[in-house]
Amino acid sequence: MNWTQSLRQRFNSRNATRERAEPPRPLFVPNPKIMVRNLNFYYGDFQALYDNNLDIAAHKVTAIIGPSGCGKSTHIRVYNRIFELYRDQRAEGAVYLDGVNILSPEVDVIELRRRIGMIFQKPTPFPMSIFDNVAYGLRLHYRLSKSELEDRVRAALEAAALWDEVKDKLHQSAYALSGGQQQRLVIARALAVEPEVLLMDEPTSAIDPVATARIEDLVESLKERYTIVIVTHNMQQAARISDYTAFFYNGRIVEFGPTEQIFTNPKNKQTEAYITGRFG
Amino acid sequence: MRRRFFLGDRLLLLLSTTAALLVLLLIAGIFVVLVGHSRLAFQHLGLRFFVQHIWNPVTGEFGALPSLYGTLVTTLIALVLAVPLSLAVALLLAELAPPWLATPVSLAVELLAAIPSIIYGMWGLYVFAPYMAHHVEPWLQRTLGFLPLFQGPTHGIGFLTAGIILALMILPFMSAVMREVFQMVPAVVKEAGYGIGATTWEVTRGVILRYGIRGLLGAVFLGLGRALGETMAVTFVIGNEHRLSLSLFSPGTSITSTLANEFTEASEPVYLSALIELGLLLFLVSLVIQVLALLWLKRMERRMGAGP
Repeated sequence: MNWTQSLRQRFNSRNATRERAEPPRPLFVPNPKIMVRNLNFYYGDFQALYDNNLDIAAHKVTAIIGPSGCGKSTHIRVYNRIFELYRDQRAEGAVYLDGVNILSPEVDVIELRRRIGMIFQKPTPFPMSIFDNVAYGLRLHYRLSKSELEDRVRAALEAAALWDEVKDKLHQSAYALSGGQQQRLVIARALAVEPEVLLMDEPTSAIDPVATARIEDLVESLKERYTIVIVTHNMQQAARISDYTAFFYNGRIVEFGPTEQIFTNPKNKQTEAYITGRFG
Repeated sequence: MRRRFFLGDRLLLLLSTTAALLVLLLIAGIFVVLVGHSRLAFQHLGLRFFVQHIWNPVTGEFGALPSLYGTLVTTLIALVLAVPLSLAVALLLAELAPPWLATPVSLAVELLAAIPSIIYGMWGLYVFAPYMAHHVEPWLQRTLGFLPLFQGPTHGIGFLTAGIILALMILPFMSAVMREVFQMVPAVVKEAGYGIGATTWEVTRGVILRYGIRGLLGAVFLGLGRALGETMAVTFVIGNEHRLSLSLFSPGTSITSTLANEFTEASEPVYLSALIELGLLLFLVSLVIQVLALLWLKRMERRMGAGP
């Protein structure tokens, strides 16, 4: 999948018209970090997203809610182009990160994924030590001396509120940690490479309530430095931690707005039905 | 209803326990028979059997060293060549290749596995060995001839040819098993690797290989076992001389080819017993290698985590 893809990319970029389209104007929030315009997405012949338009506010938490299979995860998997790992998946439209369309073949995917970190539903530590997990991305993207590496691993673990729990066992296997700790380790791993955006795909759905609360606190503390997009099927969670909320239904963005307004005064009947628990 | 299920469970447990015990019994049985029949040779030769390189049925002097050496050298050559190759093939099939390429390649690999070893042996003797003698070995001698490994006359019959044929024979097994191992790595773990900005190679080396280390080692073991025990193909191309030589071009012998060649000629009881002791030696060598690999795996897993 990848080598044919990179060939195709090289071919496309050579033939791409160099004229740079004006980045679009914000539709919903002032100075958005990410702007999604007319995004359509296909799994083979099946269309999963229809004309998505969305602004992601910088240094805020944007929650994406909606019933299972409505396209929430599919939508954020476009932002870091992770969907490209699968040959039958295809996105049309544009996603602007700081005004540059990241779906353009000229964009360096490696650098894009450094700038946009992703956290998955299940904790995904790699089969190596706690230290090496956090150092993994650092070693890929930077040439650091041993002491710099140690400093940045420590800083990342502190930012993910995990340092105190693991400082004495950095060289033990990451699998020895609890599920909640593993999820914070994965967050530390993502933070270590200094991303600008964090995509979280139901990050607390596989861990217990106490660990969930810790991660929610963490998200709260992280938005000062990062722009966060969180997919969740837990509406209380969306209400607690997000500043903006987008409600997805059948691949369309039905309603988007400040979280308070979405939860107290939804304009759309479907949104209201969903948040009051009448379906989903 | 419930009673019947209960009975079924009991029956299943009984059957599987019996089967498992049978395996243990078989191994123990083989060991006992080998030890019993090699006693005569051991009484005559003692520990000399394991260290001397004379093999003379006329004087009744037998040394296992050349056979053991040949077995280990050819197996090592086979593994050195086949492990990276089968890793590459498996990665191509599991991760990289589009279906139009993966399907015919995996079919071809499976076909390779279905070729009987006698065919490999004959092809090795009539086609491959002359090619080695005229092209590959002279070239190796010209470029790497300063190493003792690549000195001496180039017959095309010897350790190197046998090792390469063995590599071809174990490649399909190993790559098939390795492909399964790669396909069992959860997609989300790979995505996490790519998601942090790793390239395909970096994800493969840093995440997929580590994740599958246990299964990969299992695959290498399948190959190792086959290479240690392979008889026919090796007998055709190894030369069957009881000789110790550092040169990979030199003819030699292996435990299994000695057995295949000389079993019918062993008229003296000591001769026969010495051959059986060779078999016992092969048995022990396999056992030792298995144990060492398990220990190595344990250490490895302590170092980087056992995997979920």
